[in-house]
This record gives sequence, structure tokens and C-alpha cells, in this order.
Amino acid sequence: MSAYKDKDARINGIKDQIRVVPNFPKPGIMFQDITTLLLKPKEFKDTIDMFVERYKGKNISVVAGIEARGFIFGPPIALAIGAKFVPLRKPKKLPGKVISEEYILEYGRDCLEMHVGAVESAERALVVDDLIATGGTLCAAINLLERVGAEVVECACVIELPDLKGRERLNGKPLYVLVESH
Amino acid sequence: MFAAENGLRGDPRLQGISKAIRVVPDFPIPGIMFQDITTLLLDHKAFKDTVDIFVDRYRDMGISVVAANVNVGIEARGFVFGPSIALAIGAKFVPLRKPNKLPGEVISEAYVLEYGTDRLEMHVGAIEPGERALVIDDLVATGGTLSAAVRLLERMGAEVVECACVVGLPEGQRRLDGKPLYILVEPRLSVNY
Repeated sequence: MSAYKDKDARINGIKDQIRVVPNFPKPGIMFQDITTLLLKPKEFKDTIDMFVERYKGKNISVVAGIEARGFIFGPPIALAIGAKFVPLRKPKKLPGKVISEEYILEYGRDCLEMHVGAVESAERALVVDDLIATGGTLCAAINLLERVGAEVVECACVIELPDLKGRERLNGKPLYVLVESH
Repeated sequence: MFAAENGLRGDPRLQGISKAIRVVPDFPIPGIMFQDITTLLLDHKAFKDTVDIFVDRYRDMGISVVAANVNVGIEARGFVFGPSIALAIGAKFVPLRKPNKLPGEVISEAYVLEYGTDRLEMHVGAIEPGERALVIDDLVATGGTLSAAVRLLERMGAEVVECACVVGLPEGQRRLDGKPLYILVEPRLSVNY
């Protein structure tokens, strides 16, 4: 599902504030920079409001955010809908006991971790990140939550790169995005 | 200054916030009693109270920029609090990051680690001269990363109104390079989870 298809009046304003930086972090990549969106209080608030309107009152008790830009959008959503915020981090950052999920990168592997005990079985969870590309990190996030018995209700991202087909890599979980970029 | 000495004496929210912080001994190295704020984030009321206390303090100070360190150093998690505060007071949120994370043109500032140095970066053009800024972090220990954040903002012409942290050492700095430092709670000294 994509908000831009619903033609919400706020979408164009949000999309206009996202800066594209060519050849970052390496040649050929058109980087979707959300830091410019964060400089615009109205459009940043609209972004959060759109997610909050969708998820409030749906009995979601966990918002899991993926390091690092998921930590910018996740907590405000969690606070507004009355849920916990659970950071999902690269290895060795979380101080307590963790579970780890490995995932494949273009070259090599990486790992996402979550604190043991942060999420309880049968909790309804949302996964938040700024952007979905190939879906590898989101898939790892879904796996972490499902391994502790949570139900992942949806993945929510500001931006989707649909040409990379990440939407198909989410174990059948629905994906909601505000804007897409080709 | 501590919140309890500055208008919030006896405020029950402070106790709830303190209790929600987990102490993890010997992380990242032996001898450190790590103040883990992730447990605070699991407690919706305590997390909301934390943000509300900062918002109440800063709402009417004409602040247009909230800056926070994004994963700089082992202790810097100000970005979990910063955006929510920025949204509530109608300010911009500016992330300050380790080198090579921000995609646009940046300015950078060195800060000292126990062994060696690292750098903190901010996007050029994120703030304009004369803007009033708040720097937020979860914990202040030596103040090294906070000081670097202040220098970055001042180099771009901002006026840093205050630095704010959830946790800070009682015998530590009350001011950071001449800037007021506002702290909610002291570190917990013993294991509580």
C-alpha cells in the first residue's frame, strides 16, 4: 500500500522535501536523503501524522525501528500510538542480552540485533525504517520479531524504491510507504 | 543543573524515569556501569514523561533547532529523544553523525575518545546563523561529544541555548563550555533488572 496512491494532500509536500544526492555512498547510487525533510517542521509532522493516523487504535504495542534512520521516525510514532519503541541495532551496540539475525548484503553479510525481553510473545508490532530498497534489513527485522513470538502487522517506510522489489522480500508482510522513487 | 533542583523537585515522573533505566555492568568494558535507556523506551509512560519534561522546558524559549548525536560514541543516543522534542516544539531536527554517513556537504569537528579521536559531522545549510539551538543526548559523561556538537552549531552561527541530557553525573559538569546543561536524573549505581 502506498499513501501516494491515496492522493493525500500532504504527500507532495513530503516528497518535495526529500533530497536526492547522486553517487552517494558510491557511484551510481541516487541516495534518498531524509535529513532535509527533518528541517521542515510541518512536513516532518505530516510524515509522522500519516503513520499515526494509520496505526493508532490498532492495538499495536511495539514499534521496532531499524538503526539509524528508523530511530528518527519510530519513536515519535510509538509515543503517539501508545506503544513501546524497540531499537534494532548493528552488532555489539545493545548492552544487554540480544538475539541476532544475519542477513545478506550485495557483498557479504550483516547482522541485526534486538534485546531479549524487549518484546513479548503475541505482541502486535510495526517495523519502521526511512526507506526500503532490497528489503534485506526489513526481512531480518521481521524475523527477529517473529522469533520471539510477536505478530508483525506491517512494515512502514517513508520511501520505497520499487524497482528493487523489496516488497516481495517481506515474508508476505504488508508494506506501507508514503512516497516512491524510481 | 538537575531537573529536581530546577522546578521539578518531588515530581514523581523523575523517579519513574530513573527506575526505567537499566544498569548493565561491565559494558562496553569492565568497570563501567552502563546506563541503558532502551528499557526507558519500553515504558511508554516514562518515555512520554521524558519527552514532555523537555518539551515543557523548551517550548517557549524560541528554539528553532534541536540537534542530536546519532550513534556517535558508545553512549550517544540523543536521536531517540531529539525528533520527538523537535516535533512538539515546532523546531527542525538536525542529526549529527559519524563521518561518511551524511550524504551532502558537511562540516566536521573532532572530539576526544579515551584512545584517539573521532569526528562529528553536520550538513552545511541545515541551520542558519542566528537560530537558537538545543543539543540533546541521552547521557553526559565527559561531555566530549556534546562539546563537539556545540562547536559545530556555533561554527554555523547558531546560538546554543542549552544542552539537555536524560542522565548525567552529579559531580560532573554543570555547564558545558559555558553552556547550561540540564539533566533529568543521576546515573543508577546498582543493577536493577
